[in-house]
Amino acid sequence: MKVVIGQGSCGIATGAKKTSNAFEQLVAEKGLTDVVIDKTGCIGTCYLEPIVDVYNDEGDLETRYVRVQPDKVAEIVEKHLIGKTPVEELAISDEDKNFLDQQQRVVLRNCGNINPEKIDEYIAVGGYEGLKKVVTSMTQDEVIQVIKDAGLRGRGGAGFPTWFKWNAAKQSPGTEKYMVCNADEGDPGAFMDRSVLEGDPHSLIEGMAIGGYAMGAIEGIVYVRAEYPLAIERLEIAMEQARERGFLGKNLFGTDFSFDMRIKAGAGAFVCGEETALIASLEGERGMPRLKPPFPAQKGYWQKPTNINNVETFANVPWIMTNGGEAFAAMGSEKSNGTKVFALAGKIKKGGLVEVPMGMTIREVIFGIGGGIKNDKKFKAVQLGGPSGGCVPEYLADTPVTYEDIATTGAIVGSGGMIVMDETTCMVDMARFFLDFTKKESCGKCNYCRIGTKRMLEILERITKGEGRDGDIELLEELAAKIKDGAMCGLGQTAPNPVLTTLKYFRNEYEDHIYNKKCTAGACKALIHYEITDKCVGCTKCARNCPVGAITGAVKQQHVIDTEKCIKCGKCEENCNFGAIVRK
Amino acid sequence: MTCKNHNCQCGGNAGQEFAELAPVLDKYAKVPGSLITILQKAQDIYGYLSIDAINYISECTGIKAAKIYGVATFYAQFRLQPVGKYLLMLCKGTACHVNGADMVEEAIVEHLGIKDGETTEDGLFTLNNVACLGCCSLAPVMMVKSAEADETYGNLTKDKVKAILDEIRAREA
Repeated sequence: MKVVIGQGSCGIATGAKKTSNAFEQLVAEKGLTDVVIDKTGCIGTCYLEPIVDVYNDEGDLETRYVRVQPDKVAEIVEKHLIGKTPVEELAISDEDKNFLDQQQRVVLRNCGNINPEKIDEYIAVGGYEGLKKVVTSMTQDEVIQVIKDAGLRGRGGAGFPTWFKWNAAKQSPGTEKYMVCNADEGDPGAFMDRSVLEGDPHSLIEGMAIGGYAMGAIEGIVYVRAEYPLAIERLEIAMEQARERGFLGKNLFGTDFSFDMRIKAGAGAFVCGEETALIASLEGERGMPRLKPPFPAQKGYWQKPTNINNVETFANVPWIMTNGGEAFAAMGSEKSNGTKVFALAGKIKKGGLVEVPMGMTIREVIFGIGGGIKNDKKFKAVQLGGPSGGCVPEYLADTPVTYEDIATTGAIVGSGGMIVMDETTCMVDMARFFLDFTKKESCGKCNYCRIGTKRMLEILERITKGEGRDGDIELLEELAAKIKDGAMCGLGQTAPNPVLTTLKYFRNEYEDHIYNKKCTAGACKALIHYEITDKCVGCTKCARNCPVGAITGAVKQQHVIDTEKCIKCGKCEENCNFGAIVRK
Repeated sequence: MTCKNHNCQCGGNAGQEFAELAPVLDKYAKVPGSLITILQKAQDIYGYLSIDAINYISECTGIKAAKIYGVATFYAQFRLQPVGKYLLMLCKGTACHVNGADMVEEAIVEHLGIKDGETTEDGLFTLNNVACLGCCSLAPVMMVKSAEADETYGNLTKDKVKAILDEIRAREA
């Protein structure tokens, strides 16, 4: 029997390592020599972690256990591993199985199914066959044609046709060319690239090597964010194993084609998602974008032809080479082919990674797979595309997730972050949050971006503090338009999007903040106050917990909050056992 | 141990002070484009980049100290001040923001008396707000970095984060 514990970063954060240790200890204690303990990457159902899969001797999955904290390990060992009877109460429910069954997995095909640190497991599921086929039997143009037939578009955000970039780099004169992978995943709210790196690093290596062959690159460089230590560690192991087996290095499969890879850890700068900034960072400089043209395909890393794709894009490539471009094009919508991985998070019941064919609607993803809104609150909006994207309101939730359809709402598909918001999320505060982010991350090269985002943030801060003035909305709109026109790179050109989309769909909230000094979501501290309702039984708990003595009242009588004294810390609301304290 | 750069004026003294950094510089000093890698390794060793360390790297690589300082201040990862034994990396990504990261920050500020970027007087904790740790489904999230391990904690509440800090305090006492 084999016991496999999911150990991506999120699994480990919920205690998967401790669970794994508990299994190892107990299996050794009981002398179960026929039980193997193994690990795998993230399966995507983050809300069920730690997840433990028990396989029988034939290698079939017998039971998937969820939320297995170390205290539950003894029961599984006793009843299932020794007694051969699965513990039904701890197994995944049919409803949760639904989360996975509704997905179509291409990018995440191996995540959560194989051990990312064992190359043999990747090879056993057809790994490196695509690379072998490409290197031994296809020309560069044939490879590019397959990617063109597949209609693969960049998954990092822009959705640019991948074949076009590879072809441009191939046609550039010169013999020293580079294939770069952008694994800097800067969108705060997206984590599919981390999951692929941690759960299936070989598919990235294979995808890059295939792309490297197609464009004629001599080396691949993976630019990974330093915040992902586990991803770096697993990718390093995978690269070493690939070298040992001859999938990286000199004369692959006995041909003239040589290709090796290395990792370059980023140092934390959102702007490095922009191609020319990423290249500057690879060269050890401040990551500041430059004007295009020349494009990286002509002059990139050390002025040599360079192609940059994102992790998810590369992870599609081996599948396309093995299954054919047509099979990939058959999935998804007319212009947006294939699947897309989304990171479902925020006020969602079942958060995690979901991979669906393009063209599924936002509502199907959130309610069909994600199970709807946490605590059954009201669905208000969903944020797509991170700091460059926008908020799509509930009434547009039937929009299909394709590059074209999402663009009509003012948001972008982006890298696939999908942050769900309910009625307690203030949209002005969300806009402020993103502007705070882009202001900090602006590299400072263009005036409009550097100063404009700061000015916009100041206005938004003013509004959320209840100091908004007549004319602020118009000023925000004017600045937004100017930043869009005046910034050189994508960061600045898209920075106003979160403000523009919230203004478009939630203008009333801005007006409420400015003119009525009210935050209906109850999120902006300066604009709320606490009241005690007649549900109060006079237990005095709130009065005892109030740090400033703002609550008064006799025992067994309704208490009162002195709003002048109140500092809005919320301690009374947290401590009330009767739900008698309301935020207004 | 002496400084590798024959033009430098340190007379070998800096080389002794930064003995642990010497092998890193041996490997990377003359490889173009390695400045960020060198700074990362230096920070791994010393916990932060002191002005002395920047000057030493400058002497060994021939890159001007001002330029190194420019690179070090551009990226969020680099610190120019020493940090506490435990670095609290509080995630302020979108999902964490929506799920109450500000509340968690308030609890830390209240409990330890330090703000973002500051270190407690006993040198035990430094608080650093970071953009995203990529554990969005467990928001709000915090990573506690120390020499021994990087531990990530998810689904934080005010009470939970205080309990985590108290536990570390108790362990260190």
